[in-house]
Amino acid sequence: MDPVNLAEITGSLAAVGYGLAAIGPGVGIGLVVGKAIEGMARQPEMTGVLRTNMFLGIAFTEALALIGVGLGFVWQG
Amino acid sequence: MSGITVLASEGDTWSPPSLSEFFPGALLFEGTPFEMNRIHLIAMLMVGLLSLFFVLAFSKPQLVPRGVQNVAEMALDLVRTFIVDEILGAQGRKYTAYLSTLFFLILAWNITGIIPLINMPVSATIGFPVFLALTSYVVFNVAGIRAQGFGRYLSANLFIPGVPKVMYVLLTPIEFLSTFILRPITLALRLMVNMLAGHLMLVLFFSAAWYFIFFPNSPLQPLLGIGVFAAGFAFTLFEMLIVVIQAYIFTLLTAVYIAGAVSEHH
Repeated sequence: MDPVNLAEITGSLAAVGYGLAAIGPGVGIGLVVGKAIEGMARQPEMTGVLRTNMFLGIAFTEALALIGVGLGFVWQG
Repeated sequence: MSGITVLASEGDTWSPPSLSEFFPGALLFEGTPFEMNRIHLIAMLMVGLLSLFFVLAFSKPQLVPRGVQNVAEMALDLVRTFIVDEILGAQGRKYTAYLSTLFFLILAWNITGIIPLINMPVSATIGFPVFLALTSYVVFNVAGIRAQGFGRYLSANLFIPGVPKVMYVLLTPIEFLSTFILRPITLALRLMVNMLAGHLMLVLFFSAAWYFIFFPNSPLQPLLGIGVFAAGFAFTLFEMLIVVIQAYIFTLLTAVYIAGAVSEHH
């Protein structure tokens, strides 16, 4: 008996992979920026320090999503 | 995405942008080790323009700045206020020259991605970010060794004080990896992949708009093409932001690494 293919999916698995890889950093950057803005609203005089540290946090968090972009192109399949 | 899959299934007319975008054919000195493609030429053009700008601005400096000198002083002052003073403090002023150079060089190499007719961010090819990251690596390590001496610098970075001695078996390799190996790699990759993703997105939007408008399969597709073109324009504006933020983040991280290397405890 031949296997019956009920739900064939074609397309790029790399795109699905990148979608999954973007979840974590997305949540992460949201947390970083949200907390920073909360801090700025509570203590406006600390805005400068908070903004610098916010960008640092974004840079570290975002690295994972960016590696996802890169790998999607390296292994296209 | 549905419009793109429709076009991609037709095969011969349109294909999504790929990494070959970043490896254009050679233009000069083909076949020699000095072979150059258009990205190298853009890089040299931007370095030339940047040098010209600062030479023009500061060739005859006035006490009360006017014109170009005013613009250049404001730009340099931004780096000094928001990066050097914020992270390194007053005793870190000697790194202002390096950090300003870094910021404006990255900015110049990024911004070519959204300049019409050039449309190629130089920093999206890995060689340029790697070079910048290695320079930063040397700068922050030398800064740390100068401030603390080689042995104390290494031990301060590899042996975190205040943890049980047994934990060093686990912590020292991790610290070594994250400080001396992953730092330059992530510096280079962050810049390169950001510009690469941005460029590919713009190519995707504008090439799709081109085929929708000029080679439509149905009368509705030109309308869709105009929508896609508008989205591409919006993403160009978004790229403007990314270009500055990436230059800022690269410089900021270098400053943070220098500050961490110079301070005795962290």
